[in-house]
Amino acid sequence: MATEIESNGPKPGPASPKKSGVGTGLLKGLLVTLKTAMRPSITEQYPDEMPDLPPRTRGVIALKEANCTVCYKCSRECPDWCIYIDAHKETHEPASGGRARSVKVLDRFAIDYALCMYCGICVEACPFDALFWSPEFEYAEYDLQGMIHEKERLEEWTYKVLPPPDLEVGAEPPQEPAPAAAAPGPVPIAAAPTAPPAPAAAATPQPTAEPALEPAPATAAPAAAAHVDVEPDQETYDRVLAEQLAQGKDRRVADGQAKRAAMLAARKKAQEG
Amino acid sequence: MTSVLGVLHLIAQQSENLVDSTFSNFWVVLIIKAAVVLVFFLVAPLLVGYAEHKVLAHMQSRLGPMYAGRFHGWAQLVADGVKFVQKEDVVPAAADRWVFSLAPAVALVPYIALFVVIPFSDSIWAENLDVGIFFVLAMASVSVIGVLMAGWSSANKFSLIGALRAAAQLISYELPIVLAAAAIVMQAGTMSLLGIVNAQDSYWYILTQPVGFFIFVVASLAELTRPPFDMPIADSEIIFGAYTEYTGLKFAFFLLSEYGGIVALSAIAAVLYLGGFRGPILPPPIWMAIKIGALSFFVIWLRATYPRLREDQLQRFSWLALIPLALANIMVVAVLKVAF
Repeated sequence: MATEIESNGPKPGPASPKKSGVGTGLLKGLLVTLKTAMRPSITEQYPDEMPDLPPRTRGVIALKEANCTVCYKCSRECPDWCIYIDAHKETHEPASGGRARSVKVLDRFAIDYALCMYCGICVEACPFDALFWSPEFEYAEYDLQGMIHEKERLEEWTYKVLPPPDLEVGAEPPQEPAPAAAAPGPVPIAAAPTAPPAPAAAATPQPTAEPALEPAPATAAPAAAAHVDVEPDQETYDRVLAEQLAQGKDRRVADGQAKRAAMLAARKKAQEG
Repeated sequence: MTSVLGVLHLIAQQSENLVDSTFSNFWVVLIIKAAVVLVFFLVAPLLVGYAEHKVLAHMQSRLGPMYAGRFHGWAQLVADGVKFVQKEDVVPAAADRWVFSLAPAVALVPYIALFVVIPFSDSIWAENLDVGIFFVLAMASVSVIGVLMAGWSSANKFSLIGALRAAAQLISYELPIVLAAAAIVMQAGTMSLLGIVNAQDSYWYILTQPVGFFIFVVASLAELTRPPFDMPIADSEIIFGAYTEYTGLKFAFFLLSEYGGIVALSAIAAVLYLGGFRGPILPPPIWMAIKIGALSFFVIWLRATYPRLREDQLQRFSWLALIPLALANIMVVAVLKVAF
């Protein structure tokens, strides 16, 4: 069967290309379905096992509040007006005289995911890298009001933002200076003093792939009452990272999953303690 | 001590007599045979149906049922059956009630009756009719009357079109089946299925009549209205053909008769061309099961691979290709039979 089909392929010889035996097309069809049946199927059994989503998946939009300058660009660009921003202006008197500086302070930043159509224009429009896509998608609610994520919750989503994929082979190098030089420190998770000795060298062989997406509790606004502000659990981070890498997962995916697990573990610990 | 042994011996003798007398009773044997055939008919189509779910799914790079019964959805068809039982039994207002209700049974029973003559080993068969192959072909074609009844009594144009397509299909594909089977009967010199199997003890008839095997399998597919010959239930054209108005258990009976038909015609093809229960090492019933399974898999495989033919292509293929081929086949077999 196989040889008959192979002989049917395009040949450079003088034989006319249309020449093929009766029924070779039918046999080819059978072979295609049989080959497909032999391959593992592509179904991911979602509720039982988490899907392995690419880092650019449009799951949820995360807000890194420290980067937000309250420019309102996102809410104005939003096609269905699902971003709510409240802010006020504060005047800071300079210590050494001169004109008083005015700063905008973010009071409320909320995205109504019941309205959001996941176009990503806000992420594109943000001039200061305060909005990010995260592949996280499990935030369905029974109550419509629950779909409005306030800034504390949006901040939590940043823990699950995956670093961008590596550039393709042969792509132009990035125009910006390498973040390794500019960033305060290429530490994988929060570089807060309370964290145990950071596995910087071990966990980040490529510091360039780690922009400042990590939670920055030091700069975060005072947490709301319901929001538990915790440090990611380093032990869990290391363990999950090792597990994921052992499974042959991509580095950035493994890192993101480890961060997520570390946050969950830390929050659980905080609630218990 | 000896007395105890004597008593045991006596009991054994008594029970032996009991077994003997029980199994020589005509009615008891009849009931047991009917029960075995019925159980086989209810189990084998479920296996084929489950295999169809899974094979079709994997050929489309899916997984198929995974939840029912916990392990790879093995109980999916059982769950389906429970669902069908719970459904409301709707009879359309304009329908011919009696014919409508009788049709599923008429479609189903012939396939059950067909299993009666299929041999699973030298000694395992319910009935060894001398006209076995004739009985089989006659029974297989009764089933379409049920479909025709269903289509006519539904008072629905889609049902009617489907039923008439089914009838037309049966007429054009019954002929090649009979002609192919006649060639086998010629070579074997008997119409008994057991006799045909025993005639293949040195080689299978697929070796001497590959063309006949091809004709038989293709025509069987058409007779079962399986893809690529499923115009009578073409869901993109006529909803579900003759079964459009059916719900619940009656619909399940039609489905059961389809899968029962696959098992039945696979079994007959195995008997006629693949040496039936004959094979090395393994016991005969296992060989029969393997051959039925392989042919059923082939039927499912074809469904996953080929699109549906058009109604006129179907008729053209039968009258202009299969029937002349079958006639030529029968002539060649006859000549060779006389020559050797």
